[in-house]
Amino acid sequence: METTLVDHDRLLSALRALLTAKGITTPAEIAERIRITDTATPARGAAMVAKAWIDPEFRTLMLTDGARAAESLGIPMRGMPPLGVLENTPKQHHLVVCTLCSCYPRAVLGYPPFWFKSNSYRSRAVRDPRGLLAEWGTVLGDDVSLRVVDSTADYRWMVLPMRPSGTRGWSESALAALVREGDMIGVTTPQIPSGTPARTE
Amino acid sequence: MMKAGQRVLVRNDWPETRGPCHIRTPHYLRGATGTVLRHLGDFPNPEDLAFGRHAKHLALYHVSFDASSLWGDRKPQAEILVELYESWLEPV
Repeated sequence: METTLVDHDRLLSALRALLTAKGITTPAEIAERIRITDTATPARGAAMVAKAWIDPEFRTLMLTDGARAAESLGIPMRGMPPLGVLENTPKQHHLVVCTLCSCYPRAVLGYPPFWFKSNSYRSRAVRDPRGLLAEWGTVLGDDVSLRVVDSTADYRWMVLPMRPSGTRGWSESALAALVREGDMIGVTTPQIPSGTPARTE
Repeated sequence: MMKAGQRVLVRNDWPETRGPCHIRTPHYLRGATGTVLRHLGDFPNPEDLAFGRHAKHLALYHVSFDASSLWGDRKPQAEILVELYESWLEPV
């Protein structure tokens, strides 16, 4: 059935009015939740990744309890699902998908990119994940096992990518600037921008 | 409670053919055999929660599948790791 923006607006207004009338929530609570959602960006996840690269204790906490690790950096996690963190290693790469809908770790990555919700991404991530990764320029060696994590229920998942070589001595903020949302979904891996002077290690 | 390493069969059940429902078990895994990796915790059954019914807490497991066993053509070369509720799993 065709629906218009006006239909959606009317439906949303009616739903909000009902939630308030029934005492389930308040307009202030809805506004606060929208504010929290709107202020979340992939920079939050990138800050966690950079800290994990330089702080072994934080890394352990992040891999054990992602939500507590996020909270320790001041990221609001109240009312959010548990956050699981998947560690990429030289032998194992992770790719996150939600084949059922669009479950996404919004608290730490913000709104999902448009393609994350597409039918083609959701089906190919489980049917042809290596082909999908190759299209993103991520070619895994035959000795690297690929684990596709289908986010189907109560957890939300983000990837802890490997720190790129050539970044020894980099500051936490410089490292965080390397980490893109795709690196934390697993379609890409962090890259040093071309033109960065090579450093001896 | 199932332990890590337990082999499990995902029930080959299709409640969506019997009426309105909300299911968090993907179609492509119904009838598949996998291995429990770990218990993730207990959560209210989303199949009831979605309809505002009393939702019993169920054990949620991370279950690993060999992707090459799912589609009938021995591809792709990957592991698929999925959150599944105990109500969908039978030990084999």
